[in-house]
Amino acid sequence: MSILFVLVPVTLALVAAAAWALFWAVDNGQFDDLDRPAWEAIRDEEIDRAPTRSPGAERKDD
Amino acid sequence: MTATVSVQEDETTCEAAVELCFHCSEPLAGSKITARINGRDEPVCCHGCRAVAELIADAGLGDYYRFRTAAAARPDSSAIEEDAWAAYAQPEVAAQFTRQSGELDSVTLEIDGLRCAACSWLIDHMLQSLGGVTESSTNASTGRAHVAWRRKDLTLADILRAVARLGYRPYPLGDLAASRSRRRERHDALKRLAIAGFGMMQVMMFAVAEYSASLSGEVIEGTLSSFFRIVSLLVTTPVLFYAGAPILSGAWRNVRARTIGMDVPVSLALILAYAAGVWTTLSGSSGNVYFDSVTMFVFFLTLGRYVQMSVRHRTTEVTGALARQLPSYAHRVDGSSIEDVPVTALTPGNIVLIRPGETLPADGEIIEGDTSINEAMLTGESAPVHRSVGQTVAAGTLNVGSPTYIRVNATASDTIISHIVRLLHRAQTQKPAIARSADKAASRFLRYVLLASAATAGAWWVIDPSRAFEATLAVLVVACPCAFAIATPAAISAAAAHLARLGILITRLDALEALTRIDRIVFDKTGTLTEGNIVVARCEPIGHLDENTCCRIAAALELASEHPLARAFAQIGVDERAEHVRTVPGAGVEGIVEGRRYRIGTPEFVAALHGGATTLEQAPPRGTVVVLGDEQGVLARFELRDTPRPNAGAAVASLRAMNIEPQILSGDAEAPVAALAKHVGIDEHFARRSPQDKLAHVQQLQAAGHRVAVVGDGVNDGPVLASADISIAMGSGTALAQASADMVLVGTKLDAIPRAVALARRTTRIARQNMIWAAVYNFGALPLAALGFVPPWLAALGMSLSSIAVVLNATRLLPARSRVRAAEVSP
Repeated sequence: MSILFVLVPVTLALVAAAAWALFWAVDNGQFDDLDRPAWEAIRDEEIDRAPTRSPGAERKDD
Repeated sequence: MTATVSVQEDETTCEAAVELCFHCSEPLAGSKITARINGRDEPVCCHGCRAVAELIADAGLGDYYRFRTAAAARPDSSAIEEDAWAAYAQPEVAAQFTRQSGELDSVTLEIDGLRCAACSWLIDHMLQSLGGVTESSTNASTGRAHVAWRRKDLTLADILRAVARLGYRPYPLGDLAASRSRRRERHDALKRLAIAGFGMMQVMMFAVAEYSASLSGEVIEGTLSSFFRIVSLLVTTPVLFYAGAPILSGAWRNVRARTIGMDVPVSLALILAYAAGVWTTLSGSSGNVYFDSVTMFVFFLTLGRYVQMSVRHRTTEVTGALARQLPSYAHRVDGSSIEDVPVTALTPGNIVLIRPGETLPADGEIIEGDTSINEAMLTGESAPVHRSVGQTVAAGTLNVGSPTYIRVNATASDTIISHIVRLLHRAQTQKPAIARSADKAASRFLRYVLLASAATAGAWWVIDPSRAFEATLAVLVVACPCAFAIATPAAISAAAAHLARLGILITRLDALEALTRIDRIVFDKTGTLTEGNIVVARCEPIGHLDENTCCRIAAALELASEHPLARAFAQIGVDERAEHVRTVPGAGVEGIVEGRRYRIGTPEFVAALHGGATTLEQAPPRGTVVVLGDEQGVLARFELRDTPRPNAGAAVASLRAMNIEPQILSGDAEAPVAALAKHVGIDEHFARRSPQDKLAHVQQLQAAGHRVAVVGDGVNDGPVLASADISIAMGSGTALAQASADMVLVGTKLDAIPRAVALARRTTRIARQNMIWAAVYNFGALPLAALGFVPPWLAALGMSLSSIAVVLNATRLLPARSRVRAAEVSP
């Protein structure tokens, strides 16, 4: 069972890395809008039709 | 230093281990600055705090420090000293945020740093002490304030400055900075949730090992076991002190202010359990470590707060989304050239080009183009509607058709969308009575919780000291009435957001409850059951004047009137305006055109001017009849026609299915009213009612024990609307600006009314479920915990899940899309 004395600290390190990654993601706004980006990919043609302003662009900061 | 220690002691708490700032409760960190408060020198951490604290004391508002339940935010001294608000003194800038009515300006502010009810008290009193502020209502739960002031005395800059001097940061709505602060709040909450979640999983891993070992009768080897405990301690520490920081600091503020809040028993339990765990771990004894309970409890509390925050943000976002619909640039057409100008530079009369896919920057009339407009933001109707030359379009709607030119007739804060947003904000800044009483009940209950846990500790100490600790812990945790306190507000705010989506705006949250009880609904006719697009179907000159002249005079008179019938004449188009115009509600308009006195309106009204008979009973008219006359006699007879709203029949049928009996109450003649009543399926109709008659009718119904809702256009039906149990105004620009109604129907869809009633009934049902659930849980679990049947981890789970259940139950009231988002955070 002494392997646990190595593995447990390893998991802790992994958790710390995961927490850091999540903090980074949150700060970069990855969780700001969970609905809209999913639709972004299939909206290309709409952007072509209206090159000046895509509706909803104003909402980005919310 | 010695002098300040004694102050600290009698001011707040005796265990002043670390000296804290009098104002913001941050550690003094060696600061020697003091503020002169009520003749005493109080320690403060910075010049900013000193300025704010002295300002508060000098204004005689020192009570704030006694009543607040949360420490103040540390003021940014640069924000106080520099004047960042001068720009808002300019009328053009202020006009983007304020609404003018009469001699008053009003604004809705989002206030950063607003932490408890005492803060809102402080802000309200400070604002009201400024000469010229007529109304100020600050809501601590939404962080919003609604302020109205006399324009000649103050500017928006003065209001903002006053709030900023208190150490808060005001954002007049319309500023993106507000949504940025909301975003920061969400980021913080997510990080805390993540830390609590990760920590809980780690600690649970070791706890499960211990539990399963002890279940199968084995023992984990000593060194390994203490290694597990030390690792658990390492993981639990950040969970408690980072993720749990809002809970602990909330409790600390409560203790300092000598009040009891939700956080007190929770924090007490957390700290006791953690301390016991630390002691067991470090002393190496075989006692229980409660790290699993602590992390789980913190995780679920954080989760509950996160869900609650999401619902709150979602509610404000519905309104924020409306506000942000306005683009910041518009293509203004000057002769042959097109230039891009800021929306704020647009003035009524400007011609603006709107390309496909663009949002309309201002309200206006189409002068060239034939297009489709998506008005979902206003009406909730997602199918685009066809609009062509001469029709009006609203700011914030989306042009999905072809390039269109409009002539601007209202910009910025005059636009329909701004009115809507303001109404919603006002509704949100008021706390409904029912939520206030829940708050009070919860805080009374909290005292009993603390007493009960003390009693439990005492009793177990006598019976079995070894179980006293766990039982007390369980009572503290299990009995926290969090679910009880959020049961109703959660349901109501979710419902308000849903209603906004349906196209109904609530201006008073109490209205929702009243809506569930109505059993009579009284409709006005014109503009309510009908579209209100009235046209002059026939003009029949009777006197010596020809048809054209009659129409011209009629139009000149009606130009000044807001009555829906008057708009029929607007299409005639005249240059002159009547003078000395006097409007008699329910009768007509009197005025002087080209030196002669005319009246237009009901036959009786006109007859009263010339003293003749009200003759002209000819073939029963198919539409509404309006008569024009002068002092000599009747000049012409106009027949006006209107079309019923397409969904009026369906709305009436569903209302009846809900046991709400509809009636029509109209100032119009019998024939058109009866025809409409038959068309939409209403049995009871009352024609030729003046506003006084209408008022009497509604009061009569109420005297007979009925609860009456009145649906009207909000302008001509003011008194009737005010007398009703629930008033619903049909949303047009004027009605919105009046905002005396409890609810405003923004779209044209009358069937939103039955849907609102259904939703209101569901809301009360869900609020009641929540209350019952919270009460059953609290009163049921408390004795079990006191008797020692509930281990601390189960108590933590139960308490947290009861709160989350309440909030999730309330999210059922949210419109479909938001429900998805709330469900994403559920475990």
